[in-house]
Amino acid sequence: MTSLTTIIRRSRLRDQMFIIVGVLATLLGMITLLALLLDLSRDGFGRLHWGFLTSFPSRHPEKAGILSAWVGTLCVMVVTASTAVPLGVAAGIYLEEYARRSWFTEIIEINIANLAGVPSIIYGLMALGLFVYQFNLGHSIQTAGLTLAILILPIIIVATREALRAIPQEIREAAYAQGATRWQTVWFHLLPYSMGGIATGVIIALSRAIGETAPLITIGALTYIAFLPPSPVHPESPYNSMSWLRSEFTVLPIQMFNWVSRPQKEFHLNAAATGLVLLVVTLSLNAVAIVLRYRIRRRIKW
Amino acid sequence: MKAIHGLAMFSVLSVWAAALQAQDANIVRIDGSSTVYPVTEAVAEEFQNANSGKIKVTVGISGTGGGFKKFTRGEIDIADASRPISEKEMEEARKNGIEYIELPIAFDALTVMVNPQNTWVDHLTVEELKKIWEPAAQGKITSWNQVRSTFPDAPLTLFGAGADSGTFDYFTEAIVGKAKSSRGDFTASEDDNVLVQGISQDKNALGFFGYAYYVENQDKLKAVPIDAGKGPVAPSEQTVLDATYYPLSRPIFIYINVKALERTEVQQFVDFYLKNVSTLAKEVKYVPLPADTYQKCVERVGSRQTGTAFGGHSETGVHIDELFRRELKN
Repeated sequence: MTSLTTIIRRSRLRDQMFIIVGVLATLLGMITLLALLLDLSRDGFGRLHWGFLTSFPSRHPEKAGILSAWVGTLCVMVVTASTAVPLGVAAGIYLEEYARRSWFTEIIEINIANLAGVPSIIYGLMALGLFVYQFNLGHSIQTAGLTLAILILPIIIVATREALRAIPQEIREAAYAQGATRWQTVWFHLLPYSMGGIATGVIIALSRAIGETAPLITIGALTYIAFLPPSPVHPESPYNSMSWLRSEFTVLPIQMFNWVSRPQKEFHLNAAATGLVLLVVTLSLNAVAIVLRYRIRRRIKW
Repeated sequence: MKAIHGLAMFSVLSVWAAALQAQDANIVRIDGSSTVYPVTEAVAEEFQNANSGKIKVTVGISGTGGGFKKFTRGEIDIADASRPISEKEMEEARKNGIEYIELPIAFDALTVMVNPQNTWVDHLTVEELKKIWEPAAQGKITSWNQVRSTFPDAPLTLFGAGADSGTFDYFTEAIVGKAKSSRGDFTASEDDNVLVQGISQDKNALGFFGYAYYVENQDKLKAVPIDAGKGPVAPSEQTVLDATYYPLSRPIFIYINVKALERTEVQQFVDFYLKNVSTLAKEVKYVPLPADTYQKCVERVGSRQTGTAFGGHSETGVHIDELFRRELKN
């Protein structure tokens, strides 16, 4: 017969053991990230200065910069976000709030789950066939943006659905009881309440997209490009222009990859500096996600 | 909220509305081999500096095969190639009505490398290299003394270029006698820096890769002189130029679409390329061709002589002058 105290002691021990495992698991992630940051900083920090951000690539490592790369990344991300967010959120809302359970929605759901697991290069191949050759969108920013948008669509859909599912059923019922239509319920209640979760999902998805290389190389991203896409604003009417969408481009990870594989060690330092920039951008995106979630959650009480 | 919503909708519509194909004509488009890339990048950089950015140049690295794919579809003006155009690619070009000018622009010397602590290798013959790398050696030639009996009984660890690279094709063709025919039990990487690391950390290592990587890492590696029957020759600018570093030195090429050459910006770029590649290639650690060869290139461009000197097959150890004596095949 085990006495009560032994049982309690054993349970406590298990409790303690889990804490240790948990702390170790957390530390592992933290240490990896820190080591990465330190390693990149050691090599790359010396190269990080204003000129590095405002120069084009060059055969002289000390003169080379990432201007075309970060502008390219920014442009592609704008296209990706403005395509994937409305589509993903709309699909999430439909599946969660409108669609009746049927074999059809079942198939769609299985497909979305599967799409999230497809290797990114497959998206690149599909985009090459569809966007570049079928729709004639060119090896351009718009092709890249749309490709990455499709790549992260499943993440956004899933995040939207999770966020909507977390809203208590009573909220919907209360809205219907007031005579609200389904759309009014979604627009005035569900969307604002789930905005924190959706925003987090969107930003995590974007931070994944920002580091993608393989699909962009497949659709023909460049490596050396020493000019910027045409500006979206013009001094004369009609004051804005969408021609930057058709421009050729390169992105940060491609520039980094190219420098890593060069024989000169100085280029490896440039690569480390580029990695640092990329990491800082990703981490700040994540920080924005955390702040957004926190602020929106604080406003909501039920 | 409404504003964001409207903006998002607008952006989506704009993206789709922009689905028109209108490419800036003022751009010289280049793509292809990552081996040729540093040279072309250097030329592109100087060219844009020289005309203060009025003519734009873009360079991609889809690999020689990927570059030719785009080239034969007419998507790019110039293809960077670390091997001559293949029969299949010629066929594709004919089908699409693409005519091209083949220009050798520099030499790359494949360099066989050992660890600096390796005291026993003073040179290797082509037969010995073949013995090491041929497919039959897989799992059998695993010790240095199997290569030459005077070598110590030390394990032989091998490093080499990845199977998708032009470097691998050329090395196997030159050493084993058939492109892509090689043993499989070696550490392969498309990134030559990985090979540099590997060889510099293993006393018993042997590997091969491009000359530029050796020049940059001379403190960590030792180049092996190659004996092809006329005594051992170490790779150097001199031995590559006078063709005594045989059979591992190879020319690298650019292919120019003849139709694109009618555009002044492409013509200007090609002129600039041939005038400056000699100095620029040296700067990025490639061996430039003899001066009179660039003159022959200029003439070939001037008279629009199209076609390849190789007839769709790779070959090793061809003298550079020979490329200009042969009849060109389209």
